[in-house]
Amino acid sequence: MNQDEPTAAALRWEMDTKHSLRQRIAEALDRLSSKKKVNHGVYLAGVAVFFALILLPPILGILINWNLMQQVFVAPDLMSQALAAIQNSFIIALFVSAIDIVTAIPLAWLIARKRARWINILDTLSDIPFIVPTVALGYSLLLFWNGVEGISALFSGPLVSPGWVLIILLHFTFSYPVVVRVVVGALLDYKREYENAARTLGAPPLTAARTVTFPIIKTSLIAAFILAFSRSLSETGATQMVAGLFENGSLFILRIQNTYVGATVFASSVLIAVAVLIFVIVRFLGPKLKLPVDRTWPSFDRKLSYVTAERSRNSVTLVIFFAIVLLPSLFVALPAFESVVTPTLGQALSGTGIWTEYWQGLILSYVVATVATILNVVIGLPTAILVARRKFGKLPSGILDLLVNIPLVVPSVALGFSLRIFWKQTFTFIPDLLLLVFAHMAITYPYFVRSMSAAVERIGMDLEEASRTLGAKPLGTFRTIIVPLTKYSIFSGAILMFTRSVSETGATTAVATQLRTAPVVLVDWVPRLGVQKIPATPLEIGLGCGLLILLSFIILLALRIIVRGKGRY
Amino acid sequence: MPDVRIVNVTKRFGRLVAVDNVSLEVKDKEYFALLGPSGCGKTTLLRLIAGLIQPDSGEIFIGDRLVNNVPPEDRDIGFVFQTFALFPHMNAWNNVIYGPRVKGFDMTKAETIGHEVLEMVRLHERLDALPSELSGGMMQRIAVARALAAGAKTLLLDEPLGQLDAKVRNELRYEIRRMSKDLSLTAVHVTHDQSEAMAICDRIAVMKKGRIIQVGTPAELYMNPQSIFVAHFIGESNFLEGYVADIRDKEVDIELRRGKHVSIVNGNVSAGQKVVLAVRPEMLAVEKGMKKRKNSVSGTIERVTFEGTNIRYEVRMENEDEIVIVKPSMIGEWLAVGEKTTVTFPVEKTHVFRYPDEGLKEAISVE
Repeated sequence: MNQDEPTAAALRWEMDTKHSLRQRIAEALDRLSSKKKVNHGVYLAGVAVFFALILLPPILGILINWNLMQQVFVAPDLMSQALAAIQNSFIIALFVSAIDIVTAIPLAWLIARKRARWINILDTLSDIPFIVPTVALGYSLLLFWNGVEGISALFSGPLVSPGWVLIILLHFTFSYPVVVRVVVGALLDYKREYENAARTLGAPPLTAARTVTFPIIKTSLIAAFILAFSRSLSETGATQMVAGLFENGSLFILRIQNTYVGATVFASSVLIAVAVLIFVIVRFLGPKLKLPVDRTWPSFDRKLSYVTAERSRNSVTLVIFFAIVLLPSLFVALPAFESVVTPTLGQALSGTGIWTEYWQGLILSYVVATVATILNVVIGLPTAILVARRKFGKLPSGILDLLVNIPLVVPSVALGFSLRIFWKQTFTFIPDLLLLVFAHMAITYPYFVRSMSAAVERIGMDLEEASRTLGAKPLGTFRTIIVPLTKYSIFSGAILMFTRSVSETGATTAVATQLRTAPVVLVDWVPRLGVQKIPATPLEIGLGCGLLILLSFIILLALRIIVRGKGRY
Repeated sequence: MPDVRIVNVTKRFGRLVAVDNVSLEVKDKEYFALLGPSGCGKTTLLRLIAGLIQPDSGEIFIGDRLVNNVPPEDRDIGFVFQTFALFPHMNAWNNVIYGPRVKGFDMTKAETIGHEVLEMVRLHERLDALPSELSGGMMQRIAVARALAAGAKTLLLDEPLGQLDAKVRNELRYEIRRMSKDLSLTAVHVTHDQSEAMAICDRIAVMKKGRIIQVGTPAELYMNPQSIFVAHFIGESNFLEGYVADIRDKEVDIELRRGKHVSIVNGNVSAGQKVVLAVRPEMLAVEKGMKKRKNSVSGTIERVTFEGTNIRYEVRMENEDEIVIVKPSMIGEWLAVGEKTTVTFPVEKTHVFRYPDEGLKEAISVE
């Protein structure tokens, strides 16, 4: 034996002294976790917190103010305004998500299937609009489509004025990357052997995709649709910037929430009810929906399958991506860079004038996002495992899975409003800051539980069982098997929550009128029809957006470096 | 004439040369096997024929047609995948008639073909079941039926029996051959199981590290392996190291360890060369007692294994070489452990190969 090598006993002794306290605590917790009551208690507590903090308050907020709704029924004018606004929300959300799916599939296909160096760059670029906070995106689009320096410079007047067209462009821009991401993931997971089988049986590429690939990845397409749909329904701040006189459900609630509580309750409950209804229908009837696989058009599919058709399809896809999504998203860089060479940057950094509230807002944004993220990771983990492992049976887990997704589809203004009226009426002295954290937790919670439960589901039950047969207690198994294997998903889930929270405006405005986060401040800076607010110059707004984007990039980059190479097996 | 011709085909994946300058001809209506250990490039070669991947160089012909630039759907092939690749969202019946449908046949014609192929694979029950609800054997039959229904004259099978239990595998392999012959198809069957290839194929190409080592009928490969690898991979062989002591007329005298001599006919070797003798266990004669005979070495039985049809002896010869001998179990008297024996080498059925540069172990390695 080598002299330098410590003996097993010495190693053991060293470990014993080094980690004795940590070890002993861990062992005690491990032992505790093998008690059935404790084990179930942890899961039940996770579910209880989910119900108490996230799911029930908005619903109860509406229910305890149910009778106020009479206000609306005696004011037909208000009623028709509310209904029209809500209708606008759903029409735009459905339209945008449909367009998203149709246009995102070719880009996702290109990213997932083509092997070339530039594809990696395209892959990274496609994430950019996703990282840019939506208000910055809104302002960027406003400048690009409507400002004198944007695309409109090519025409005599503004190309697209604020209104529903610009809203559709905006919603398309921020939901498109989400859809691309989901479809790319689905295509990468998909076993290509099915498509190969179809090809050897005589199906041209397009037929194979239409009859085999898409039906198999249909659940992912539905998930992508629901994500795009709910993001469009929820977005408020950026929508406000580009809406002009046009009003959707969220903007209607924002306008009247302090004057007509009854109408707000009405609008909120209709928005929530219809959103949940559509979600449930799409989720349950979607998988039963038959794509047109029974029909084949051999010669037509053949024509669309081959080289020239594929090239033109790819060109159109890239043009859409660069001209409608990427370029407008980054257009705000123009005034942001311009401001750097003017005194604006100095004023901003010194924090004088309007910049005081900007920096305060920024700090508030990051504090709220951090707290909400950490709390959600803690309370979301048991629920995620419960959903993935069906601990309490198939049906309860299925129902829980459905309920977890509900905050996702509920428009955030409605959620924020009902959350506020619930807490303010039950605990009058609840601080606004806590309310803000609750609201952000409710909005971001589904993002974490979804990505986490999917990750746990991918870990074979056999690994857990192996660990148990080797003597690990339930908590030990969690620490040594689940956490190391899902580390990447925990981080990416946390990043999703964090960015979503920093972007959030609707619920923030609805829940706390005095606390203004950075994106809310930026929305107020943009001059809007009929609203007199703090005057800010385009350079200042551009710089404000630019700083917000820059900080988001830095944080994401830092997180990416921290988790790089970890947890991918 | 759906024969398959491969001319100087090479396929690389990064730095790995999966198929290395391979040329091969599969005759019309032949049932042909690509046999080799995993990673030898046999599946890659099959996928090249199907057009699922493109060669870096070389030409592939199906019939008289150069198909290098023809997409898989136009190559007129049927492909049976190792994992079956039955479409999980379609029931068995819709899987089977997928080919006729995407080729634009009308529904009545597609259904007629569907019934014909299902008749052939003898499967008419559970047609409305999804693939996930079927047993391995049923999935395999559906996969074959689906490939046949597409009406191709060339059938490509990638380890079609690899996922099945031993019993089912043995039954189905003869059925696949029968169907292929009944329909006069040209079939290329990829497998790593030499007994499967020997049992059902007209000819076999043995592959190793992207190259074809030998092509021949099962009997040719078994009786006349042209390399140590084939002698080892097809059936079983004893390998003994030695030197060429003398060459007289047709006979070569080989000196084994410790000065033991055996003579064999043929063998392309020169005097003084280091060589490897290869002899099949059932070709060796073994008898009780130590006897002086030509071509014999005495030894002691170290282990006896009863295998049903055969009985297997492991003998330590007096020169310390170990050798395995297999005899029919129902003929003659059994020998016991510890018994002294005489092992006689067959003059004509012992093969001699030049000692491989890479060493014996590496030459027979299947990794």
